[in-house]
Amino acid sequence: MAEIYDIVVIGAGAVGCAVARELSRYNLKVAVLEKGIDVASGTSGRNSAVIHAGFNNKNGSLMAQLCVEGNQGFEKLANELGVPYKKTGKYLIAFDKDDIKVLKGLVEQGRKNGVKGLHMIDECSLKKAVPGVGGIAAMHSPETAIINPFAYVIALAEDAARNGVTFLFDREVKSILFNNDIYLISAGQDIYKAKFIINCAGLYSDKIANMMNINDYKIYPCRGEYFILDEIADEVLSVPIYPAPKKGIGGLGVHLTPTTKGNILIGPSAEYIDDKSDYSCTAKIMDKLFTEAKQLLPTLKRSCIIGSYSGIRSKLASPQEGGFHDFVIHKKNNSIHLIGIESPGLTASVPLARRVIEEIKKSITMHKKTEIIPPKIRKPHFRNLSMKEKSKLISQDSNYGEIVCRCEQITKREILDAIENPLGVVSISGIKYRCGATMGRCQGGYCLGRITDILIKEYNKKPSDITLRGGNSSLYLGFLQEDSYEK
Amino acid sequence: MKNKIVIVGGGPAGMAAALAAKEHCKDKCNVIIIEREHTLGGILNQCIHDGFGLLKFGQMMTGPEYANKYEKLIEKADIKVYTDTMVIDVTNDKKVTFINKNGLSTIKASSIIFATGCRERTRGNIAIPGTRPAGIFTAGVAQNLTNNKNICIGKKVIILGSGDIGLIMARRLTYEGADVIGVIELQKQPGGLQRNISQCLYDFDIPLYLQHTIVEIKGKERLQAVTVAPVDELGNPIENNKFTLECDTLVLSVGLIPENEIAKKSGVLLDDKTNGALTDEYLQTNISGVFVCGNSIKVMDLVDYVSEQGEVAGYNAVAYLFNEKMYEFKKQRSLEMPKGLPENGKFTCILCPNGCSITVEGNNVNGNKCNRGKQFAIQEKKTPKRVLTITILTQKGYTISAKTDRPIDKEIIKEVIKICKKIRASDNCKIGDVILDNIANTNANLIATSKVHL
Ligand SMILES: Cc1cc2nc3c(=O)[nH]c(=O)nc-3n(C[C@H](O)[C@H](O)[C@H](O)COP(=O)(O)OP(=O)(O)OC[C@H]3O[C@@H](n4cnc5c(N)ncnc54)[C@H](O)[C@@H]3O)c2cc1C
Ligand SMILES: Cc1cc2nc3c(=O)[nH]c(=O)nc-3n(C[C@H](O)[C@H](O)[C@H](O)COP(=O)(O)OP(=O)(O)OC[C@H]3O[C@@H](n4cnc5c(N)ncnc54)[C@H](O)[C@@H]3O)c2cc1C
Ligand code: SF4
Repeated sequence: MAEIYDIVVIGAGAVGCAVARELSRYNLKVAVLEKGIDVASGTSGRNSAVIHAGFNNKNGSLMAQLCVEGNQGFEKLANELGVPYKKTGKYLIAFDKDDIKVLKGLVEQGRKNGVKGLHMIDECSLKKAVPGVGGIAAMHSPETAIINPFAYVIALAEDAARNGVTFLFDREVKSILFNNDIYLISAGQDIYKAKFIINCAGLYSDKIANMMNINDYKIYPCRGEYFILDEIADEVLSVPIYPAPKKGIGGLGVHLTPTTKGNILIGPSAEYIDDKSDYSCTAKIMDKLFTEAKQLLPTLKRSCIIGSYSGIRSKLASPQEGGFHDFVIHKKNNSIHLIGIESPGLTASVPLARRVIEEIKKSITMHKKTEIIPPKIRKPHFRNLSMKEKSKLISQDSNYGEIVCRCEQITKREILDAIENPLGVVSISGIKYRCGATMGRCQGGYCLGRITDILIKEYNKKPSDITLRGGNSSLYLGFLQEDSYEK
Repeated sequence: MKNKIVIVGGGPAGMAAALAAKEHCKDKCNVIIIEREHTLGGILNQCIHDGFGLLKFGQMMTGPEYANKYEKLIEKADIKVYTDTMVIDVTNDKKVTFINKNGLSTIKASSIIFATGCRERTRGNIAIPGTRPAGIFTAGVAQNLTNNKNICIGKKVIILGSGDIGLIMARRLTYEGADVIGVIELQKQPGGLQRNISQCLYDFDIPLYLQHTIVEIKGKERLQAVTVAPVDELGNPIENNKFTLECDTLVLSVGLIPENEIAKKSGVLLDDKTNGALTDEYLQTNISGVFVCGNSIKVMDLVDYVSEQGEVAGYNAVAYLFNEKMYEFKKQRSLEMPKGLPENGKFTCILCPNGCSITVEGNNVNGNKCNRGKQFAIQEKKTPKRVLTITILTQKGYTISAKTDRPIDKEIIKEVIKICKKIRASDNCKIGDVILDNIANTNANLIATSKVHL
């Protein structure tokens, strides 16, 4: 007889993990079912990583309210969790008079939403603040920040796990039955039982809702493609710059965003697609991205590009309609569905989770735990330490003296820690997102072989067990010698 | 205290620089090499094919053999070598900071030579559209995994780019049982040397798609196919003529970029376009006493030139310290090896990098610059012969490289490889040791070209 969970969360993105963490504060049996082999394998790992201030969202909307709440609490949250966070501020650039009008409108909208410090600046101050930028005026939002989204979601999940939540990966939920007040959830190879379900399945939240006979929603996938540039933020651009928004595009326009590591992102585009799992980057959009980015920052060079990726917005607004719908928190019986959690969903993830808790409390009585295990203190990146601190660490553990990823200067100790992560994720991308290896300008050219060696020699993995992102994404087919010239 | 000359990088450029500096300074300086790998040799350690050293030593060697020649000299000379040690910072006043298992240290150098080599361009650098599945490797990574780690990267392989590394990998993966479906090249002419087109592609009937490019990568988990399109005169894909090639692996051989991150930190000026370090004719950078040599200036086809350049940098570093006249670096032999497609009906001699295009009609042999070429062409017409370079496992399961000590009939290479894959070499085997004599009755011996590095 399978155990019965008090609550099952479906989806381990930012929202699912934030919900799990809030739930871990109560005396409840909680499991998270995730179809990927790691957290943040959906949209939460594929976005601009901006902690929005909240001026883009309509007055009075849930989005506006939760975004502002998320933004204002994020610095404290990030410190608590040890997640890289930088309050960079952000500029929205106007290229003509109409743009200026739009921006003034945003200042007004933002103020009403409770966003602090929004103001317009003229061309002269803009060029001083962001050398090399195009445009004739701008709006400045001092409260906008950037984070490392992987570190954030991983930290939420690890904190939840430490406080008793079970994370189950490779468990795609395929059907749900309601029987005698218990949900029977078929996921992966097994059936899980739950008294309460929270649907945080992002792009597939409509599908999960369908499984529970809620047919009011349809998610329209809308893809955004990005280029990743080398770590030149220090020299080129240390604050996000966006164009003034254009009506109806369903995104915020192609922007330039530094990452907490110092790379620069160009993107995202906005294009409705049919296949929710099609993370391709297309030739057409790639060309467009660069051209548009050059408008914002004319000095950009193509040779700085080191990679590309795409993310998919889960939009409730159809292509015909365009624009944004508000977040939906739909409650039915003992289930809550978070639907249409597009931007600023990352910013609003914890406030969303708090709303979920309030909703659950209306149905079941929950008792706070008397003791909460605090987040583990995250070790700072070796490369950011002083010479003295580095020397000290190496004398304590010689694995700090071996640099495995040269571009990001990541030591063997950090790789080993990433491999031995508390959630038990083993994949190259899992290692990548936990310590940053393979993310640099050589994109794994130097460290992939070394990480492979460590996995094979020190963890007894077979080459074919080493995957990029789990499933059939094996990096290698085996050893050569087992598999020689004879076919 | 003696002056310290610090050489960053122990590949062929760095090793040659160290030896030249040591010799020229007549023991008045301490010469120090810092290398992040476990052994000296740089990229040569993974280049198990032959084609190295003909200009400098008049001998056809594999990469590890060439490196070993220098390593031995360095062992004998009084040169301090740090391996498994990475230089992480160099200041403009020549303080070199490096890290290894023993900690973090700083040396105040009097002169510095950067010999940090190059890195590969990646998929991101060339922005190929499509998904991001497993199964895409740069050629150098593929080479390292195949030659040094006994790892099978794939079975149905497409190679993008017809530079020499891509061509060498086409042959290498074929040896290991992969089906190399094609080599795709944007330009009208292949980028690699004629001899490599001839012995790496033609020998195995591997199709070469000139003026084609990959327009899309397909597969969500592991690579499943690539879409290929011909390009017009301007290099733009002709979408209407595109076609799909199924494959599980894509090897990118799309160029190398000089690696100068550390030099740049110290204030050395780089070429905006190529990322190569800028030097004067004496290989000195904008910072006096700081020199650069090898692939970190400009990527070179032939290691022999790299070594010559290293020697000049080493000599000049000493000359700088003692206010002597420096040497100009000039390529001492202006050899241009033929690139591109071999001419129809001619044999491309593969005995030396000259790669002469030779015709044979009866007893009439033309186009060869030396007699060996004549013999080669006659043989080639009769029964072509090749030196086989391959990896062998040792008893304990380490990978070493090996070659046949003379060319063997092309036709029986398959059979010889089968034998190679069954035998195990001794773990103590040294470079030059015979692993198997008279392999498959060819009269050739299989000899080790590298040893186990623990
Ligand atoms: C291009 C782009 C840029 C963005 N930029 C920003 C930004 O700068 N700032 C910001 O605040 N927000 C941004 N967002 C929005 C933000 O990324 C999302 O709102 C947020 O990540 C949503 O998190 P989530 O947990 O709801 O969804 P997801 O991260 O997609 O998580 C859903 C999870 O559910 C899993 N799942 C799905 N179906 C099943 C199933 N059947 N069984 C089990 N598991 C399932 C998925 O695998 C996935 O892991 C951006 C979004 C996009 C697309
Ligand atoms: C795949 C490939 C195949 C080739 N095939 C042939 C051939 O068939 N015939 C031929 O003649 N030539 C060939 N070449 C060319 C020739 O081998 C190279 O040009 C030559 O090896 C370059 O020497 P180098 O010393 O400049 O660089 P490398 O050999 O790359 O050496 C640089 C060294 O510096 C070290 N280093 C870098 N940064 C640091 C740091 N911060 N701290 C410490 N150490 C550092 C690296 O680890 C490396 O060992 C080939 C090259 C490649 C890449
Ligand atoms: S014929 Fe030409 S290529 Fe052949 S060995 Fe003589 S000089 Fe070298």
